[in-house]
Amino acid sequence: MSLGSVRNPPPFLDSEDQEPEYDTGDLDSDDGEEIFTGTSNKPFVSTPPETDPSSDIFSEEGSYTVQKHTAPKTNGVQSDEELDLFAEATVELTLTAPNSRGRKEIIGPTEPLSTTVNTHGKLHVANTSNKPSEEVEEEESGDTFELNIAVTNPEKMGDGMNAYMTYKVSTQTTLPAFRSKTFSVRRRFSDFLGLYEKLSVKYNLMGCIIPPPPQKSVVGMTKVKVGKEDPSSAEFVEKRRAALERYLQRVVSHPALLQDSDVQEFLEREELPRAVNTQALSGSGFLKMINKASDAVNKMTIKMNESDNWFESKLQEVENEEQLLRRLHASVDSLVNHRKELCSNTAMFAKSVAMLGSSEENSALSRALSQLAEVEDKLEQLHQEQAFSDFFTLTELLADYLRLLGAVRGCFEQRMKAWQRWQEAQSTLQKKREAEAKLLWSNKPDKLQQAKEDITEWEAKVGQCERDFERISSTLRKEVHRFEKEKCRDFKHHIVKYLESLLRSQHRLVKCWEAFLPEAKAIV
Amino acid sequence: MTSLSQDCDKEKLRSVSVDLNNDSSLLIDIPDALCERDKVKFTVHTKTTLNSFQKPDFSVSRQHEDFIWLHDTLVETEEYAGLIIPPAPPKPDFESPREKMHKLGEGEATMTKEEYTKMKQELEAEYLAVFKKTVQVHEIFLQRLSSHPNLSKDRNFQIFLEYDQDLSVRRKNAKEMFGGFFKNMVKSADEVLISGIKDVDEFFEQEKTFLLDYFSKIKDSTAKAEKMTRSHKNVADDYIHISATLNSIAADDNTALKQHLEKFAELLEKLRKVEGRVASDQELKLTELLRYYMRDIQAAKDLLYRRARALADYENSNKALDKARLKSKDVAQAEENQKQCLLKFDKLSESGKKELTSFKGRRVVAFRKNLIEMAELEIKHAKNSISLLQGCIELLKVN
Repeated sequence: MSLGSVRNPPPFLDSEDQEPEYDTGDLDSDDGEEIFTGTSNKPFVSTPPETDPSSDIFSEEGSYTVQKHTAPKTNGVQSDEELDLFAEATVELTLTAPNSRGRKEIIGPTEPLSTTVNTHGKLHVANTSNKPSEEVEEEESGDTFELNIAVTNPEKMGDGMNAYMTYKVSTQTTLPAFRSKTFSVRRRFSDFLGLYEKLSVKYNLMGCIIPPPPQKSVVGMTKVKVGKEDPSSAEFVEKRRAALERYLQRVVSHPALLQDSDVQEFLEREELPRAVNTQALSGSGFLKMINKASDAVNKMTIKMNESDNWFESKLQEVENEEQLLRRLHASVDSLVNHRKELCSNTAMFAKSVAMLGSSEENSALSRALSQLAEVEDKLEQLHQEQAFSDFFTLTELLADYLRLLGAVRGCFEQRMKAWQRWQEAQSTLQKKREAEAKLLWSNKPDKLQQAKEDITEWEAKVGQCERDFERISSTLRKEVHRFEKEKCRDFKHHIVKYLESLLRSQHRLVKCWEAFLPEAKAIV
Repeated sequence: MTSLSQDCDKEKLRSVSVDLNNDSSLLIDIPDALCERDKVKFTVHTKTTLNSFQKPDFSVSRQHEDFIWLHDTLVETEEYAGLIIPPAPPKPDFESPREKMHKLGEGEATMTKEEYTKMKQELEAEYLAVFKKTVQVHEIFLQRLSSHPNLSKDRNFQIFLEYDQDLSVRRKNAKEMFGGFFKNMVKSADEVLISGIKDVDEFFEQEKTFLLDYFSKIKDSTAKAEKMTRSHKNVADDYIHISATLNSIAADDNTALKQHLEKFAELLEKLRKVEGRVASDQELKLTELLRYYMRDIQAAKDLLYRRARALADYENSNKALDKARLKSKDVAQAEENQKQCLLKFDKLSESGKKELTSFKGRRVVAFRKNLIEMAELEIKHAKNSISLLQGCIELLKVN
């Protein structure tokens, strides 16, 4: 058993106003009722431990208690890096405490971002949900549900070029839709991609912004496959693990996706059929590439008659923002690299000063110089951790949002395509009408019937297209608002987290130097 | 603001070497310097109560090469063979900021106007810092000479301070430069000489071992310290770019995020100034300290070489005397020679011992002072950063 007393409790944090906006037509929910009623404020009911083996992630001997989080033991890829990353992580998770809603933070250089999904019971169906104004602030009513996800324990399976990493996806939830309160499954990267594919297909046409998964990386994975146990491949695995976690957390924080059966299956089902169409060099991979190319061409030729300026200006905003974020990402990347450089230069300097101290003949000065070497050593560690923080808090956030903005743009494109379809349907209808008119003149009664049927058919189609377009437009609008709110909250949270990490660094700096000062003063 | 920091820096840098310019009978400083293309012209100002000078208060204009001439002249003076000659100031090096300015000019198109202005300001500050540093280093050289009981009385030193015309006539011409090159070769032979032979005198043997070892270590430390402070500067510069881009994003944003980004950008701008100060203070206190004492130890080593050469001369003269006695030719001359060599060697040893002992003390005091000051500055800057960060975090959390 790989864990022993080590648990990877789900990370969570406070998220206040999360307001799900639903397009009710998509929910297969009961009408008029608050579906999730009667839930208590205590998100985690102290039930006896589940007997299925995967439940031991969150508990130990049946009680959901505080766990001290140490490095997950993995085979194949264990590195100092990982140990460092989790060394300071502590999770206080008292599930039975009445007031704590079980939400504390994991502190550590790579604080895994987590969200507690408060699916407010406002799954209002039918009448009330189509709120046009987005200014509906959801108050935190008593019916809140939690779904916490953690992606942990990367493990290498198989070997050689067929090796792959699996990750443990642990869920903790009070949603009745799931069979149990806590469970976990093992998934591999292609499973995540497969989930994205399924969701895209379903929701793309509706204007929902589907969070994109982390990118494939042939180089990174090859290194891991080959079995090189160096810090860079460990870093790669950690980067991917964190990215997958954020991906899932974004997926479940989307109210529609949370209800989706594919998502639930992904979280729950023991064995998932292998998602083969996610491979880069597969048949479907090629198909996708071709589709993308034709889309690009289409985009250039569609000139949409925009009745609503909002969409046009919003798209422009998105595109501008994407450009700026790219620049910011590059700058932060440069910061990370320079800090890493600073880290290694400090290490070399520390060694050099230590040597200097040892050859110093004045004993007090010699001692002081050795102390200086130790201080610089500590600073090196500090810089390294700060570099990690820079990376995981800022760089990855920006990378995620670059991908998300791409997804948003994709939705706008979908809307344009819907409009195009509508226009095409309209023009076909027009042609059918003209054909009918011609037939009336030429007096061919038998063909007339056919023509009339055609017209009816196409009228229906036009109506459908129009409705589709309207729906995609309104969904897109809502989605964009939701996205913006979430982005604002996400950024703010990360900025604060980053500043707090800087603050911690500075505090430690002060401590280091204050410890050194008396040594320097003791030189005679 | 810049003038204030200039003064501060003046004070700080002067502390690399301590106890200078205390003697009011001869006060030297470099109040001003002009920088033309490649040459720096220093204004050397002297205030004196000594009669050996024509005027009590006067200034002259000198170039870096004049300082080098003075140093080399002192080194070549037999009389001072038993002294540690203060190391010559290094040549003014504006290569680094100049290169960066060039790169900045190339990359101008990719930055916002605000970013470009800030980077330019940073570079100008760096240029100014190099400039100030070179002025200080030259000043310290002169001040060490003026505070040395023997060297301050040197005739050439006086000429350097007083002669109101261009010194270039006295400077090394090509022939002499050649001589200098040859001298360097001889010096490396000296290194082999002294490192190979074990000295009879315990004191000198110890000193030799210590200085040789320490020199290589301090040279290494200086190089590593330089790299470290450069990295620090790079990090501070990155903050500029990030801050500028955040401002651009905030400008376009219309949601609540705008405020957050603006605050963050503002904070980063303030932080990078602090980081920049940390880097430059580290440079002054740590890197400069190491650099200076590396050169000083080289000067001490030079003293040891001279003594070793004198010893070799003495031994040669002994051999010559023996040979002369054997041949019964020129014995008196050989005896005289031998006596001179012994005299010279003894004098060297005596003054060398004094110099090296005081050097020890000087070095330890300087290290102590600088390490304390550096630690105090680091703490001050870190506390400053802490208050800036805390302020910003609070503001962000409130909104």
